[in-house]
Amino acid sequence: MNIQIRKFYYGDIPEDKAGGNIVSSSSKSDWPLWEVFIRSKQGLDHKHVGSLHATDAQMAIENARDVYTRRMEGVSIWVVESKHIHATNPDEAESLYEPATDKIYRHPTFYNLPDEVNHM
Amino acid sequence: MKMMPTINFEQLFQQKIDNEVRIEPKDWMPDAYRKTNIRQISQHAHSEIVGMLPEGNWISRAPSLKRKAILIAKVQDEAGHGLYLYSACETLGITREETINDLHSGKAKYSSIFNYPTITWADMGAIGWLVDGAAIMNQVMLTRTSYGPYARAMVRICKEESFHQRQGFEILLVLSKGTAEQKEMCQDAINRWWWPALMMFGPKDSESTNSDQSMKWKIKRKTNDELRQNFIDMIADQVKILGMKLPDDKLKWNDKTNHYDWGEINWDEFWNVVKGNGPCNKQRLDARRKAWEEGEWVREAAAVHAEKKKNIKSEAA
Amino acid sequence: MSNLINYTLHLADNALILGQRNAEWCGHGPVLEQDIAITNISLDLIGQARNFYQYAAQLINESQKTEGSQVSPSGGDLEGASEDLLAYLRKEREFKNCLLVEQPNGNWAQTILRQYLFSQYQYLLFEQLQNNKDEQIAAIAEKSLKEITYHLRWSSEWIIRLGDGTDESHNRMLKAIDELWRYTGELFTPSDYEIGLGVDFIKLKESWLNKIKEIFAEATLTVPEKVFMQIGGKEGKHTEHLGYILTELQYMQRTYPGCEW
Repeated sequence: MNIQIRKFYYGDIPEDKAGGNIVSSSSKSDWPLWEVFIRSKQGLDHKHVGSLHATDAQMAIENARDVYTRRMEGVSIWVVESKHIHATNPDEAESLYEPATDKIYRHPTFYNLPDEVNHM
Repeated sequence: MKMMPTINFEQLFQQKIDNEVRIEPKDWMPDAYRKTNIRQISQHAHSEIVGMLPEGNWISRAPSLKRKAILIAKVQDEAGHGLYLYSACETLGITREETINDLHSGKAKYSSIFNYPTITWADMGAIGWLVDGAAIMNQVMLTRTSYGPYARAMVRICKEESFHQRQGFEILLVLSKGTAEQKEMCQDAINRWWWPALMMFGPKDSESTNSDQSMKWKIKRKTNDELRQNFIDMIADQVKILGMKLPDDKLKWNDKTNHYDWGEINWDEFWNVVKGNGPCNKQRLDARRKAWEEGEWVREAAAVHAEKKKNIKSEAA
Repeated sequence: MSNLINYTLHLADNALILGQRNAEWCGHGPVLEQDIAITNISLDLIGQARNFYQYAAQLINESQKTEGSQVSPSGGDLEGASEDLLAYLRKEREFKNCLLVEQPNGNWAQTILRQYLFSQYQYLLFEQLQNNKDEQIAAIAEKSLKEITYHLRWSSEWIIRLGDGTDESHNRMLKAIDELWRYTGELFTPSDYEIGLGVDFIKLKESWLNKIKEIFAEATLTVPEKVFMQIGGKEGKHTEHLGYILTELQYMQRTYPGCEW
């Protein structure tokens, strides 16, 4: 089985299996993961840019501002706790999306319009 | 009744790779692929974070307000890059805490270059020019890596990276036009950082080992040696602008190959530093462990406070 | 030197020293996101410092042209003031920052408290300053207010998190208050060069105290009373900390005099 692994940054340095004691910390100090969506000043919609850890929405927004908008002003930031995001299962893609490809009349290119109104 | 077609996940996965379709977090992927990406992405993230330390070392002593501000911005960028990468890594089903534990236990590696000390101001220039320069050569390629979140993080990083190399070169340029002491400082930094920068490209191709069960597929990518040669060719030209020399007396342009000939890396040093015997290995990890351990009460307090607020909310509801 | 120059230097020094202190956290913060946050604040403060130093340099150079004097802030010869000359070549007794900003970072609680006490003050002060009769001061104050609003929000949220977090964080906050409260009085004790500026110090102190009480209450902390206040920073009489801060800050320019960087 050929798996394509792209060249990685650090050369072929294998992991050191002989590690020391693992530094453990209690789970009560875990900060939940939040997903960040940013709409740029000229943008039309919010794009997913990454995630970060924060304890509450306020902190998440401030962190997002610090990390993802350092070079921009006037952006809109959305943050959502990762656990609240529900996604489609790519395996179900067929059943969810395929029926739509039959209904070609939903596509604007289906219609031939006179030149005068073709920009619609 | 029409039979449901059976889906061969491995085939689907391989097809995506072959067709340059990105692999996304919820897609099926071979376990080895997942593990390899976790290792690579987290090592990259650790490198950004540990990389803050050698440069952070000179923030308080930056020789002008402008340089101080630029250096802070650069180090802050690196923290941000670490964050993008941890974020990409977490999409593979591992928590940030787990990756950090691996770093602190010594199990996970980070780029060896950061195990060298920054002893003079000129080191800031050398790091920006040579170390970031070497990094950029690899990073552009990684923007085409097959795992979606990693590729996207790399695109963002690449956009921000170009100022890092330029400001490094500019620091050295100013020194190279300054007093005799400044010129000496400049040459000294180049002497100390040149060979470690070359080591960033990893072992020679002939000695690259296969880690994990995965096999590397060379599609539009360059080998360690190729990248290293490209880097040498680029830097050997740029160093002339500084009026400085690279510490390699075998460095010489070869008309036939159209590349620079050069000497030999000290592979003993390379493997020693990888093994943990570099000048700053212990210091770097100690600093990261200390920050994490001493920050425990802070993280706990914030989490506990958030819980309290949530409980008040639900009681009021 | 004129009151305006001294005051501008005071504003610049406050920002520089606090920015310098905050930057010490770079790479050592309790969590990556907060490392970025405090570094961000440090960068903002250094930006403010630069604006004020550049203005002070301009004023100094102008006054030398008109008065024909060649006396530098340190009494020596001055060949054209600049932001770097003011930041890197003045001595301990010439720095006019308040004592609060030169206090050590300590742990996260102490850093947060120092930031909060200062940002609350800086916010209210700059609100007044943006209407100041000196246009440049007003302009810098107005420009900085956006950033300061963020610093204030960030630090006050942390006061609440730590004050009303765990027992440990609460105790650390108490210790921090014990350390730093004695330096807050100086903020509202105008020095000679601050009189006649048009800043209402009484109103400033009152507003400040009310805000502090509000946030402290939410953080389950109490404002100390009857604390003897330490002053002198504005007149160059600093705690022992400033000397060490300047040693690091100014090292390169003093070791390699007259160089470009």
